[in-house]
Amino acid sequence: MAPPVHSEITLTVNGEEHTLLVDHRTTLLDALRERLDLTGTKKGCDQGQCGACTVLLDGRRAVSCLQLAVAAEGRTVTTVEGLADGDRLHPVQQAFLDLDGFQCGYCTPGQICSAVAVIEEHAAGWPSAVTADVRPEAGPPELTAEEIRERMSGNLCRCGAHVQIVRSVARAAGAEEAAV
Amino acid sequence: MTPATTTEHTAAGTAHRRVEGRDKVTGAARYAAEIPLAGLAHGWLVGSTVARGRVRSVETAPVLAMPGVLTVLHHGNTARVTTDYVTVLGTSPDPTAAVFQHDQVQHMGWPVALVVAETPEQAREGAEALVVHYDEEPHDTAFSGDRADAYPLDSMGQPAVTDKGETEAELAASAVVVDACYTTPENHHNAMEPHAATVRWDGGRLDVIDSNQSAAWIQSELANMFSLDPQSVRVRSEHVGGAFGGKGVRAHQVAAALAARALGRPVRVAMTRRQMFALIGYRSPTAQRIRLGADADGRLRALQHDSLNQTSTVHEHVEASAGVSRVGYDAAAHRTAQRVVRLDVPTPTWMRAPGEAPGSFALESAMDELAAECGIDPIELRMRNEPERGPVSGLPFGSRRLPDCFREGARRFGWADRDPRPGVRRDGRRLLGTGTAAASFLAMAMPATAAVTAEADGTFTVRIGAADVGTGARTALTLIAAEALRTAPDRVRMRIGDSDFGPAWGAAGSMGTRSWAWAITDAVAALRERLAGGAGIPPEGVTARSDTSGSVFGLAPRERRAYGAQFAEVAVDPGTGEVRVRRLLGIFAAGRIVNPLTARSQLTGGMIWGISMALHEEAVRDPVSGGHVGADLAGYHVAAHADIPAVEADWVDDPDPEDPVGIKGVGEIGVVGVAAAVANAVWHATGVRHRHLPLRPDRVLTAPPAA
Repeated sequence: MAPPVHSEITLTVNGEEHTLLVDHRTTLLDALRERLDLTGTKKGCDQGQCGACTVLLDGRRAVSCLQLAVAAEGRTVTTVEGLADGDRLHPVQQAFLDLDGFQCGYCTPGQICSAVAVIEEHAAGWPSAVTADVRPEAGPPELTAEEIRERMSGNLCRCGAHVQIVRSVARAAGAEEAAV
Repeated sequence: MTPATTTEHTAAGTAHRRVEGRDKVTGAARYAAEIPLAGLAHGWLVGSTVARGRVRSVETAPVLAMPGVLTVLHHGNTARVTTDYVTVLGTSPDPTAAVFQHDQVQHMGWPVALVVAETPEQAREGAEALVVHYDEEPHDTAFSGDRADAYPLDSMGQPAVTDKGETEAELAASAVVVDACYTTPENHHNAMEPHAATVRWDGGRLDVIDSNQSAAWIQSELANMFSLDPQSVRVRSEHVGGAFGGKGVRAHQVAAALAARALGRPVRVAMTRRQMFALIGYRSPTAQRIRLGADADGRLRALQHDSLNQTSTVHEHVEASAGVSRVGYDAAAHRTAQRVVRLDVPTPTWMRAPGEAPGSFALESAMDELAAECGIDPIELRMRNEPERGPVSGLPFGSRRLPDCFREGARRFGWADRDPRPGVRRDGRRLLGTGTAAASFLAMAMPATAAVTAEADGTFTVRIGAADVGTGARTALTLIAAEALRTAPDRVRMRIGDSDFGPAWGAAGSMGTRSWAWAITDAVAALRERLAGGAGIPPEGVTARSDTSGSVFGLAPRERRAYGAQFAEVAVDPGTGEVRVRRLLGIFAAGRIVNPLTARSQLTGGMIWGISMALHEEAVRDPVSGGHVGADLAGYHVAAHADIPAVEADWVDDPDPEDPVGIKGVGEIGVVGVAAAVANAVWHATGVRHRHLPLRPDRVLTAPPAA
């Protein structure tokens, strides 16, 4: 008998539980886009190099193209569609909209999901490659433009919206002065 | 109306957020591969694994036996399409898009088959499992500046060669001569959204949801290829995830249409990132030679610019790099030539600032070299050679505020305090330098049609075959329509991205928003006439239409261009060879700015392309296989956040008096001159000239020390 090629999984996506029978080859990205019709999460390279498919997986950012759907069994996913509170945009979304932190909009959901996580990671005291003092007792570094650029570098933008994206992240983090 | 007209609603000219912005930040905006259709099948393209030869056989049987596989299209079983037609641009079509028409393989990655299956996973596995046998033939993909088989080629109305005055005699009489060769590598568009089309045949009508920069162009090409009248093809592209010149008619639309017809059900074909490197065009590498001859005071006597690029064996494309030297500077003698060489490679195409981006790197680097040779400030040198008329054409210029751009830029950048000596500034171990370059880009308009409807509820609907590929066109056109209608922007519904809205120029040549705005203002003028009688508006509304074919071509001949001055500060690490741009400032004279928020994004976006071109981007072709090394976003680095400093763009007032709205266009000029400004700054930092892009660390490390 041929081995099974499908499995049933349960995912909690944007607060809603979904039970799906998925092909074992299906990535989390394709499960979101093709099975749950959540096309806000974008496919830019399908091999973990561009960040367009970034989602929050159990609250931490992850590229959904490098994750098989079966491996996400039982996990909680937040996509760009799940960030706003009803009609009220998430502060990161609002900042991107107000400061023109995007052009074509295709890398935008990934940038926004990444930015939400960046702000939380920074607040939790996580250092980055450009953090000068990485001792735990040093506390979070100032969220400068350099820190934001480093932390957001896994998300490529081809239109060249980098300047406006960094400004948007800074505004959403309440760090506009540090990031000038 | 004119730009100076005062209306009760001055929407245009003030900052407005993108009208579709909320959809883009919430994930609601759907792109071409995101429109659900009942019964959709998925196609996966298979590219050749040889660079030249013939397909001997395609082993379809094992793949057809795989679960979910519906068909395998290849040259042996695919219906013929027409390739003998003239495109809307007046050229022959690049036959690359006409897939599966013969057994010849003309470059590595040439589409040889499409596997269609019920799911993307099944199609992909089938495509990866498909065995294709080839009769391989020797290939030649080696581009270099000394190819003996290069030949001159005209391009889009530009002659291959221009020759004015006695170049050799003027060079011989010159006190200072710069004679240098510059090269730029193969660059790829890499729009973040991969090419994708969702296609169905609907009662004999071809219905295409696609990612492109002009629905009308794709409609026209597909109608020709499938021998349909244009009304039998509908192309929609509401949201487009970047284009940059690379989103025309390509293998994905044609393959999907062929498969949808063969199967009698809708088919989606999305390219992979890797396939895009072979199938969508790219900016050709260039080899350029510049010869400048000048008097000791820097006045040019001679300007010669020769440019060579590669093209494919099946279609000709000129990277018109010498064009910048036909309009840039005054000289007694001018000689320019654009040549191509045919190689076993994909056909190159237009890519953001075609011609100007590589051409300005060569010319503006050479001007900096001349300034140093003459001991003259680089800005002053440019001012001394500012032409009064087109240096080659003899035509008068439209507005040309290049000197104002340099003056304003120099003031804001702090240029006056600059020590001209190279290699004397340090910040720790890093060497610091600053550089500048001029920018210019064609400012033209092309025909478009538009329809504007006054609705019974007091709102307005505009329908135009425009494309918003991230430029902000949808928003700018909303503001322009509102201004012309003397209403508020939120009372205007802007509908774009549908070939049913009639023919229109595309998002190309920095002419999109200007061309569409012209058609919209014409339609609004007609509508206002219709409404002037004061009669009520019937339930179906009142619609007026326009077609600008007559007016846009009615302008007297002039050199019409937008201008800019670019200023860069770099830090060079002599230990690692790393070049980092610390500051970049561009001041532009680029027509009336309709929406400062999005126009600034366009300009800084172009400038960031310039940094990326200067320091990072390079597609490497392996001469043995004929294919790319690392054809992905890891092997081909585009600037990431950490590469990009504070980039600032601003403008001087420059409404175009010949345009109904005053627009020139801002989509491409931001790229122009940046690579030269960066390379000139690296010379200022280190004393070493770099004439080959990108300025890789190994090139900086191994460059011979300054004389």
